[in-house]
Amino acid sequence: MPELSRRRALTATAALATAAGAGALVQTLNAPAASASGQSRPSEHTGHQEHDRHSPAPFDEVYKGRRIQGRPASGGAHQHHGGGYAVFVDDVELHVMRNADGSWISVVSHYDPVPTPRAAARAAVDELQGAALLPFPAN
Amino acid sequence: MTVRKNQAVLTADEKRRFVAALLELKRSGRYDSFVTTHNAFIVGDTDNGERTGHRSPSFLPWHRRFLLEFERALQEVDASVALPYWDWSTDRSIRSSLWAPDFMGGTGRSRDGQVLDGPFAASGGNWPIKVRVDGRTFLRRSLGTAVRDLPTPAEVESVLAMPTYDMAPWNSASDGFRNHLEGWRGVNLHNRVHVWVGGQMATGASPNDPVFWLHHAYIDKLWADWQRRHPGSGYLPTAGTPNVVDLGDTMKPWNDVRPADLLDHTAHYTFDAA
Repeated sequence: MPELSRRRALTATAALATAAGAGALVQTLNAPAASASGQSRPSEHTGHQEHDRHSPAPFDEVYKGRRIQGRPASGGAHQHHGGGYAVFVDDVELHVMRNADGSWISVVSHYDPVPTPRAAARAAVDELQGAALLPFPAN
Repeated sequence: MTVRKNQAVLTADEKRRFVAALLELKRSGRYDSFVTTHNAFIVGDTDNGERTGHRSPSFLPWHRRFLLEFERALQEVDASVALPYWDWSTDRSIRSSLWAPDFMGGTGRSRDGQVLDGPFAASGGNWPIKVRVDGRTFLRRSLGTAVRDLPTPAEVESVLAMPTYDMAPWNSASDGFRNHLEGWRGVNLHNRVHVWVGGQMATGASPNDPVFWLHHAYIDKLWADWQRRHPGSGYLPTAGTPNVVDLGDTMKPWNDVRPADLLDHTAHYTFDAA
């Protein structure tokens, strides 16, 4: 898994670098060490559409007994409307999306923006009340 | 001519017929095709990409057409049925007749959110949740839990007073009437109601809860109210906007209708009150 994650992260970084310029992406390569410093500063998420496209840092934790993970993603079979970022609950992908103001929503909490993809993952665990997520597109 | 009425004034017979038509669409499979369509647009509409059903100027005409399609399907079951609307700024309590067992049924139990009464309770066997993002197959609600209060009449008024339909960048960051009504900015009307209801209504598959239609019928009425308030203000943008449905562009998934064709609801239905 770590090898896969690293490969996906590097692929995503390369793709994003083409679109957005490499300057904003250094912290993605250096993640997770750089994660705490760069991701939550509101100034980075306002006024600069191009720089807004870079991904937040990865995360991996157990929340309320379930593993939640987030990492840059390359698109692949799915469209990643989070701007190249994928979130998983117990290894099943949760569809997330980034709003223009830098806030996040997921398909199980679609009308209620939260500040970060980790907050969206936690909100999903709260909402699921232990139920298994279905892979998207499930229907 | 179809007359859309406030749900609070429906007769017992009107409620019974509306519910029966919903259950028949569900039984036949047509209902779930509407849930699928909505979820596909809600995950596909993005602030910096193509956006049609949500977070964009066409939020209002898209849902107007979506509700028209659904209402026509209901009327193929029972020609007397029209979509009622839920004025949540007035009927703002979980004790409203809206949530009674003869209509929508009430809130869910605390353990798992499962709705236990009314025509759509899982125990009745008539309302399986098939188009879903998780393993749960029962209708869920948690009225007033994730957000305490529904919008007030004063908050609705503050949004109706906005003179400009929509503004660049034509998404969830916009100022103007559309985005304040949708709720990504400001006092938050439409989005907040989804959150207040909870359960499937808070998800991309929100039409799984039949109150979806009553909520959006009122959002649609607020658009009509706004038009009457601001006769000199029209749909925007009018032309040449990438990723956004301009006034004369056709809308997916129908591809045969433009916002310009949907501005006047009286071609299709009227409301019981101004």
